[in-house]
Amino acid sequence: MPIEVLMPALSPTMEEGTLAKWTVKPGDTVKSGDVIAEIETDKATMEVEAVEEGVVGKLLVEEGAEGVKVNQVIALLLEEGEDDSALEGAGSGGNKSSSGGDTPPRPSPQGEGEETGSSKGESSNGGAAEKSGKGGSTSFPSPLGGEAAKSGPGDQTTGRTGGGKPETVKHTRPDVSDPDIPEGTAMVKVTVRDALRDAMAEEMRRDETVFVMGEEVAEYQGAYKVTRELLQEFGPQRVVDTPITEYGFAGLGVGAAFGGLKPIVEFMTFNFAMQAIDHIINSAAKTLYMSGGQMGCPIVFRGPNGAASRVGAQHSQDFSSWYAHVPGLKVIAPYDAADAKGLLKAAIRDPNPVVFLEHELMYGESFDIPDVDDWVLPIGKAKIRREGSDVTITAHSRMVGFALKAAEILAEEGIEAEVIDLRTLRPLDTDTVVASVKKTNRLVCAEEGWGRMGVGAEIAAVVVAEAFDWLDAPPLRVHQKDVPLPYAANLEALSLPGVADIVKAVKAVCYAE
Amino acid sequence: MASKSTPSKSAPSAAAKKPASLPVTRDQLTGWYRDMLLIRRFEEKAGQLYGMGLIAGFCHLYIGQEAVVVGVQGALEAGDQVTTGYRDHGHMLAAGMSANGVMAELTGREGGYSRGKGGSMHMFSREKQFFGGHGIVGAQVPIGAGLAFANKYRRNGKISATYFGDGAANQGQVYESFNMAKLWNLPALFIIENNGYAMGTSVKRASSETELFRRGAGFGIPGEAVDGMDVIAVYQAAKTAAAHAREGHGPYILEMKTYRYRGHSMSDPAKYRTREEVNEYRDHKDPLDLARKMLIEAGWSDEDALKEMDKEVKQIVNESAEFAKDSPEPDPSELYTDVLVEG
Repeated sequence: MPIEVLMPALSPTMEEGTLAKWTVKPGDTVKSGDVIAEIETDKATMEVEAVEEGVVGKLLVEEGAEGVKVNQVIALLLEEGEDDSALEGAGSGGNKSSSGGDTPPRPSPQGEGEETGSSKGESSNGGAAEKSGKGGSTSFPSPLGGEAAKSGPGDQTTGRTGGGKPETVKHTRPDVSDPDIPEGTAMVKVTVRDALRDAMAEEMRRDETVFVMGEEVAEYQGAYKVTRELLQEFGPQRVVDTPITEYGFAGLGVGAAFGGLKPIVEFMTFNFAMQAIDHIINSAAKTLYMSGGQMGCPIVFRGPNGAASRVGAQHSQDFSSWYAHVPGLKVIAPYDAADAKGLLKAAIRDPNPVVFLEHELMYGESFDIPDVDDWVLPIGKAKIRREGSDVTITAHSRMVGFALKAAEILAEEGIEAEVIDLRTLRPLDTDTVVASVKKTNRLVCAEEGWGRMGVGAEIAAVVVAEAFDWLDAPPLRVHQKDVPLPYAANLEALSLPGVADIVKAVKAVCYAE
Repeated sequence: MASKSTPSKSAPSAAAKKPASLPVTRDQLTGWYRDMLLIRRFEEKAGQLYGMGLIAGFCHLYIGQEAVVVGVQGALEAGDQVTTGYRDHGHMLAAGMSANGVMAELTGREGGYSRGKGGSMHMFSREKQFFGGHGIVGAQVPIGAGLAFANKYRRNGKISATYFGDGAANQGQVYESFNMAKLWNLPALFIIENNGYAMGTSVKRASSETELFRRGAGFGIPGEAVDGMDVIAVYQAAKTAAAHAREGHGPYILEMKTYRYRGHSMSDPAKYRTREEVNEYRDHKDPLDLARKMLIEAGWSDEDALKEMDKEVKQIVNESAEFAKDSPEPDPSELYTDVLVEG
């Protein structure tokens, strides 16, 4: 039986094309790779190569024919030992095709009955705008000739789940709680800085695949002294000074994690991690999924995040919502020393990539830590720092301290605030927040970063979705002003959220002014 | 150690080599020819399935470059790691991954290496020490350096081989990786597959220094240009480089001068080069033709035996296509699995 040559799809969006030119004629011998025709697609004129050896038996489509459907038989090739008599009755379908089988319809990533323009293909320049109605497919040819930059396949994530209620974002979170502290346990005062150092040292003693790398972590003893004395105890093989090369060492850390180690990658500050964010997200967070579960990446990216003091816009950004946005990451932002230690130890043991956001202005603050042997806290559990009945305030990292101060001021005025320290931003413990709002009926979300698309926006959305009927006022957000952080002392103070902003927002949701 | 690049071995014209003095064994050359043939036929089939709409998205074929990965793989030991970019099908087959599993990933099916969740550019195999399959140009280079870092840390005697193209060779992170790899003398092979074009941009239009093997000179990494169309030349260069890395002398750069016959991806009409240029490689420098010629001239094989081999390989490839078509799409429940390692 002759081999059927089918009209090929030469781009992900092509459904039909014009057979511009035949470059072979019946009787010609072709081998794999020989050009047999030129076809005009929706994007360009392409050469079609033979994929099998044979003698051209018959051309079934005339030169210049328009609207030739993909997978239509366009020519017949005679195999070795066949002559023209084999052509009779061939090419009418149902015969042996050059692909060796039937041609099922293209699977649609969007499910049944809906075609997407180029949204799954190479000319994709973005999602929703390209969505086309039934039948008519719209595509936007790329000036790059088919491949819009270096991005991966187009957005396929907008699939609907069928009719009815839209699915809300799932926060999968294990049901966990803090360990019990035995009666009579002594408390020791430790700075956040030393708590973090102790966490790393304890985990490095426990597991020799754990190592620390970053700029100035070894001989300099840490730019903020968080890795103080680790070099002396563990040596240069496990406490590794890197060149100033964030993108490179973040990627190298990911490779080391694939290779069986448990890297702790310190960024001198998370501002510099923007150079490395491709590896944090594309290489660390997504690979487990892309590998069908084979390629776990146990790595901790840690360092100070958010505004320090008077260092200007480039050195003062809160990346909480950036990382918390990404599936495949865990994101932790502790407030006090006990959480810093217990959660960093948990992060190092976790088999997943963890972004651990510290705060420079908290490093020197001292807090009580229970004096137990192995202080490890669960990732994914918020902590109620102060109970109250009138309003719920959520905060993380340094803002927790501001929220607690605000609560004291408010208490003097008769408003009892419940302060929830989120501690982990992904997975986010919205259960604790929603339960609290069902009690207090009011919500203020405080964060240090910009408000647009922020952590507070997410919490407010979840609370509105899950506790709408319990709310006595619209939730309010407290956050940095929508500007790059200024250097001038007065402008910096105006830009950053503080205790007074929280007090004001709480009074507003309580209709107290 | 040489702190400057060694000059090109000026790509010995392999065709002129005396088969009698082939520096490899019959089994080696026969095996490599078969591996190259498998990649060639596999890629042709993948292109065909793409044309039928069974494979979607990006699909970058390796046809023309087969000798590079097959020759290098011949110089690696079990347990050495391999990492590459998105033109990765050949690397996976050379690493011993199954044609069925790779093809079914291309069609996005449950039987694929990533159970349909990765696609052409994102496949992995812990078992075969294949660490991707990376879609971001150049990202595999620090990852490969990190695998080498882990080898050194664990003193396991393994090396990592990282492949990237002439396009990726202009990414900054490549040089960040070169610096750390040499600074710490990591057991790493960096293999630049210079096929002449970064998508549609020729090397000379994109690179101030077009001799890419020199790119490590500023870091003290030795480099060498190799005729990437000659599997024996590739093997010999890789063997020397691998020994260098394994013995603790640090990284080594091999620039493989090669050529891809097909467009950058399936929808590339490849108008940036002439048909004559493509035909020059295809007709006169083809890595399979060359190996075939050497096998026959050495008296190690004949037309009949090679035809038989071609049949066997085609059978494997056809079976993989059938498997990839028959394997079901992943269960909808797979949507939410493998986001995090649980527990």
